[in-house]
Amino acid sequence: MAETKTKAKKSSRKKSDALAEHGISEELALELMRDMLLYRRFEEKAEEGYAIGKIGGFCHLHIGQEAGAAGSIKPLRDDDYVMSAYREHTQALAKGVHPNAVMAELYGRKDGSSGGKGGSMHIFDADCRFMGGHGIVGGQVPLATGIAWKIKYRGEETVSLVFMGDAAVNQGGFHEALNMAAVWNLPAIYVVENNEYGMGTAFSRVSRTDMSTKAVPYGIPSHTVDGQDVLACYAFFRDLADKVRHGAGPQFVDLQTYRFRGHSMSDPVSGTYRSVEEVRQAKEERDPIALLRDTLMEAGVLDQETLEEMDAEARQVSLDAADFAEASPPPGPEALYANVWAEINPNGRLFFDGRPESEEAS
Amino acid sequence: MAVMTYREALNEALREEMERDPDVFLMGEEVAEYDGAYKVSKGLLEEFGEQRIVDSPISELGFTGLGVGAAMAGLRPVIEFMTFNFAFLAIDQVINSAAKMYYMSEGQFPMPIVFRGPTGAALQLSAQHSQACETYYSHAPGCKVVTPGTPADAKGLLKAAIRDNDPVAFMEGESLYNFKGEVPDDDDFVIPLGVADLKHEGGDVSIITHGKMIHVALQAAQKLEKDGIHADVLDLRTIRPLDMDAILETVKKTNRAVYLEEGWPYAGTGAQIVSMIQEEAFDHLDAPIIRVTQADVPMPYAKNLEILAKPSANHVIEAVNKVLYR
Repeated sequence: MAETKTKAKKSSRKKSDALAEHGISEELALELMRDMLLYRRFEEKAEEGYAIGKIGGFCHLHIGQEAGAAGSIKPLRDDDYVMSAYREHTQALAKGVHPNAVMAELYGRKDGSSGGKGGSMHIFDADCRFMGGHGIVGGQVPLATGIAWKIKYRGEETVSLVFMGDAAVNQGGFHEALNMAAVWNLPAIYVVENNEYGMGTAFSRVSRTDMSTKAVPYGIPSHTVDGQDVLACYAFFRDLADKVRHGAGPQFVDLQTYRFRGHSMSDPVSGTYRSVEEVRQAKEERDPIALLRDTLMEAGVLDQETLEEMDAEARQVSLDAADFAEASPPPGPEALYANVWAEINPNGRLFFDGRPESEEAS
Repeated sequence: MAVMTYREALNEALREEMERDPDVFLMGEEVAEYDGAYKVSKGLLEEFGEQRIVDSPISELGFTGLGVGAAMAGLRPVIEFMTFNFAFLAIDQVINSAAKMYYMSEGQFPMPIVFRGPTGAALQLSAQHSQACETYYSHAPGCKVVTPGTPADAKGLLKAAIRDNDPVAFMEGESLYNFKGEVPDDDDFVIPLGVADLKHEGGDVSIITHGKMIHVALQAAQKLEKDGIHADVLDLRTIRPLDMDAILETVKKTNRAVYLEEGWPYAGTGAQIVSMIQEEAFDHLDAPIIRVTQADVPMPYAKNLEILAKPSANHVIEAVNKVLYR
């Protein structure tokens, strides 16, 4: 990949002001760069793992959308909750799930974040309060609303942030959940990662109204954020989360972004629904890593040598994750029947397939 | 023993469990200010307040998912469906989210949630409001299914369901809410899931059933007594976990069985049970097992047709006579 070397479009705004404008320190800006490089290299490693048959099933990459993960999750507290749909590898990393555990899960191995039983679409980590990894479009939106309900029920000062793709706003559950969150003033942040396409269907083809209008009927404040500008995202979510944890109620964010890969690994990069030129232009003008690189270089915060060191480190962590996944054994056959039930009642049968294992499973 | 209605028994179970555990809350349509569409939650709003007895909008998918999320985060929700007919809108959240969460997170997120409400037909409510829904839920690993037929069972099993750490579809009988029966006085009367109850003891034939059909089975058993036929009536009480030991015990005693259920025959609960009996007690059977179910049609409105569609004591008696070769 060449984005550490390509030239990004010149912005009219004086770049050195960007850090001050967003109240972001040089150290933090460099950390965000490090994070996004890791997400990019991690996903490329996953892409490679898929290509050589180490990863199966569906695999949805987040390449191009890294600023949305770093910029919205990094400002949160450890005890805040994050939930997502199925393009969630990098969001899990941002919430603190170890790259080894995520990669091992993609490989379907025992040391994966779900013991190899969830896969790419079902990354969970209770300790990190990363709440999945959900595979039905929009299905996670009511769930995250329930987490916000619990926060309010117990009087806690945390927030429940949930990601969804742009297509999810056409699901009924989205509307039902937002209505309830508004009625009960729940501490929920609904983030649409608006990459313009639900699989291969452009959002404009399935909605007569603009994304920014979708939460308006419920009385929920709506915000539009440049999801390729990690500094703007970070500052925005830092302030928003603070308001929400102090009673501002639910919020809706149209995080405008673009997917640089196909919908999933079976979809070519541009596909039949968007032009090669459109993708090329987005990569050239809207690459979140290149944009931050230019900003930091112009501000004198980052030089080429440091950038290359950071990139080498990101590649190494991703390589280590792949090595870790490769070395981790597949789950043993005993795992098949484990954790179907949280409570095996002493009486009665719970398994009906007649296999001997079923009687011993716990 | 106190005599109370099925409705009062459910109300007591909810009250006791909410007193016992501050993480238990009840959410659903009309559960608070209206006291519940069937008055099951009568008086609970006054006692526990609006944070714990919560009127939801008519958004079955939404509030079911909300309950599942709340359970992921550590609460113990009781989600009321005004009837399970409306729960089809929410079944994605029950099956895809609740029933699978513990497994696909490799045990990181237990799912202590109860989905409760009436199932099955009442009187002349026609097709969309008259159907037994239990097999949709018992089909999925990860979801327990409970079907109490008496006030005592309703109370003891609801308390067990609320304490259970897995999702439980708790299916009540719409026409049972006024049914009275004795309920033990103990402070903490809990009936464990997975224990069937022999509601009538005979020895000539086994009528196996669940939910409100136990009353149809008992009616049939009484009529059969007059005819010199003594039937075991086994009430499964819970479909999953399933008390297979009790099923095998009665079948090995009588060697003949009828399965009675309110739902449709195709892939019904009876289909599962018959399959297991033939597999595990084939040599004990003296006749093929016969199932008595609702007619294999959507429920009609006209009174005469509805009567024809519902499984009745006469249908059970006919089936018993067949398995006895009479």
